[in-house]
Amino acid sequence: MYQLSRGDKVFNGFNMILVGIFTLVILYPLLFVVFASLSDPRHIFDQVLLLWPRGFTLEGYKRVFANGDIWMGFKNAVIYTALGTAVNVIMTTLAAYPLSRRDFRGRNVITMLFTFTMFFSGGLIPTYIVNEGLGIVNTMWVMIIPGAVSVYNMIIMRTYFQQNIPVELEESAFIDGATDIQLLLKVVLPLSTPIIAVMMMFYGVGRWNGYFDAMIYLSDRNLFPLQLILREILVQNQMGDAANQAMMSVNQSEVSALKQSIKYAVVVVSSVPVLLFYPVVSKYFEKGIMIGAIKG
Amino acid sequence: MESSVRRKLSKWKGKAILKQKWLYLMMLLPLTSLIIWNYIPMYGIIISFKDYSPAFGIWHSPWVGFAHFERFFNAFYFKDVIVNTLRISLYSLAVGVPLPIILAVMFNELRNKRYKSIVQTISYIPNFISVVIIVGMVMFFTSPADGIINSAIEYFGGTPIDFIGSPKLFPHVFVWSGIWQSVGWGTLIYTAAMSGIPQDQYEAAYIEGASRLQCIRKITIPAIMPTIVICTILATGSVMSVGFEKVLLMQNDANLATSEVLSTYMYKAGILNAEYSFSSAVGFFNNLINFIVLYLVNKFAQKFSETSLW
Repeated sequence: MYQLSRGDKVFNGFNMILVGIFTLVILYPLLFVVFASLSDPRHIFDQVLLLWPRGFTLEGYKRVFANGDIWMGFKNAVIYTALGTAVNVIMTTLAAYPLSRRDFRGRNVITMLFTFTMFFSGGLIPTYIVNEGLGIVNTMWVMIIPGAVSVYNMIIMRTYFQQNIPVELEESAFIDGATDIQLLLKVVLPLSTPIIAVMMMFYGVGRWNGYFDAMIYLSDRNLFPLQLILREILVQNQMGDAANQAMMSVNQSEVSALKQSIKYAVVVVSSVPVLLFYPVVSKYFEKGIMIGAIKG
Repeated sequence: MESSVRRKLSKWKGKAILKQKWLYLMMLLPLTSLIIWNYIPMYGIIISFKDYSPAFGIWHSPWVGFAHFERFFNAFYFKDVIVNTLRISLYSLAVGVPLPIILAVMFNELRNKRYKSIVQTISYIPNFISVVIIVGMVMFFTSPADGIINSAIEYFGGTPIDFIGSPKLFPHVFVWSGIWQSVGWGTLIYTAAMSGIPQDQYEAAYIEGASRLQCIRKITIPAIMPTIVICTILATGSVMSVGFEKVLLMQNDANLATSEVLSTYMYKAGILNAEYSFSSAVGFFNNLINFIVLYLVNKFAQKFSETSLW
C-alpha cells in the first residue's frame, strides 16, 4: 500500500516476534501435555524440552479407558451438559428476545431486575438453602435447572437481536398476522445461528468444566461428573481402581510412572469434547458479537 | 371529561399489554428462574442476622442481630483472611487488567492477516480448559518431584523449589496461571472495539507522517477507552472475591498462610461445618464490600470520564 518507513519495519518485526513468543508460552504447555500423555514418563525429562513423544506408549490411555469411574463421570457430564445447555439456551432466548423489542412494555424494569443480579447476589449459603428447600440436592436436577440464565450471555444475545434483526422484517411479519411466538421461531431464530452457536459453546463449556456445584451438591458417587473424578486423580492424587488394577506386583517407580501417564492421558481425554467444538464456533467470536456486551 | 380520558388511556394500556401477551409468556420462565435462584437467596441473606436452623426455616429462626458479624470481625484470623484476599485480588487486577489491553493492541498492529488469526485463535484456547485441568497442569509443571520447571532447574544445577507448597510463591503461581488462562480471551472485547475504528483515520495519520506508536496513542487507545473504563469498573467490582473454585484446588496445609481467602473461609464454615448463618454473614459482608466498591468506582468514572456503568 505505502512505502514502509524504517521505523515501521522495525516496529512490525519486533511486534511479530513478541507476539510469537507469547503464543509459544500459551501453546507449549498444551502441547507438552499431549506429548507427555504419549510418552514413557521415565523418559520425559531426559532432555529439557519435550518436543515430541519420547518412548512412545499408549499405556496411560489404556488405563484411562479401563477405568469405570472415568466412564461414569464422562457419561454423567454428557447428560448434565446436554440437558443443562439446552435449558440455558432456551431460557436465555426466551428472556433476550422480548427484551430486544423496543416496544416491549416493562422492558426497562425487567432489564434492571436481571442486571442487578450481576452486581449483587445472595451468596453461597442462601442459594444452597433454596436448593435444599426444593429437594433437588444430591439429584441430577441440581446440575441442570439452577442458574438457567447468565445475565451476561443474555445481554450479548439481546444486543445481537437488536443489531441483526431488521425491524421492517418484524413489522411485515406482523402485517401478515404472525404472533410474537411465530415471529421468534420462524423469522428471528433462523437469522440467529451464529449467536446460538456461541451461546451453546459458552454454556456448554461452563457446564462441562464446572466442578464446584457438583462438589457441594452431590454426595452420591454415581452422580459425579467427570470434573470431580478428574479432581480426585489430578489434584488429590487418588486413582481409585485405576491405579490398583494390576499395580500390585510392579515396583514403586513403575507405579508412580503409571500414575503420571494416567494423569496426562486423562487431561487429554477430558478436553477432547471441548476442543472438537472449538473450531466450529471460534470463527464467530470476532464478528462483533462481544461488543454489545459492554453496553449493560 | 378527565376521567373518560384516563379510562381510555388505561384501556389502551391494557390492550397493548394483551397484544404483547406472547412476549410476557416468554418472559415467564426466565423471570421465575431469576426470582427463585437470584432474588430468594437475596432474601435468604437475613439468616446472617439470625440463628438459622432448618427446622424453623428462614423466617422463624430466632434473630441474633450482628452477633455473627462481631464473631467474624473479632476472629483472630480475620485480618489474615482479608489481607490474603486483597493481596491476590489486587495483584490479579494490577496484572490482569492492563495485559489484555497491551496484547490486543499488539494483535491489532499485526499486518499479516493469517498470522494474526492463528495467534488469536491459539490465545483463546486456555479459556476453554477447566479449572481442574489448569490446576492439574500447574502441578505437572511445578511439582518438585517430577515437574518440568524443577527438572529444568536441576538440569542447570539448581535445587528444586516447591512452588505450590510455599506461602511466599502461592500468590504468584495463582495469579500467573490465571493470566495464562484468561489473557488471550480478555483481548477479544478490545479487538471487537478496535474493529469499529475507521481505517481512514490511520491512513490520514500516516500521510501526515505519524509513527505507529503515535497512531496507537492518538487513535487506537482513545477509541477503546470506553471499553477499558467499563472493563476496569467491572473488574474492581469483584475486588473482595477471589473465586473459591481455583483456590480450593490449589490450597494445601503448606500454603494456607497466604491461600486462605474470604471465599474459601466461607465455604469451609458453611458447607463443611454447616454454620449456615455465620457463613452467610461472611458472604454478605463480602458482597456488600464488592457492591460498595463498584458503586464508588462507577461514581468516580462518571465524574472523570464520559463512560460509566449506569
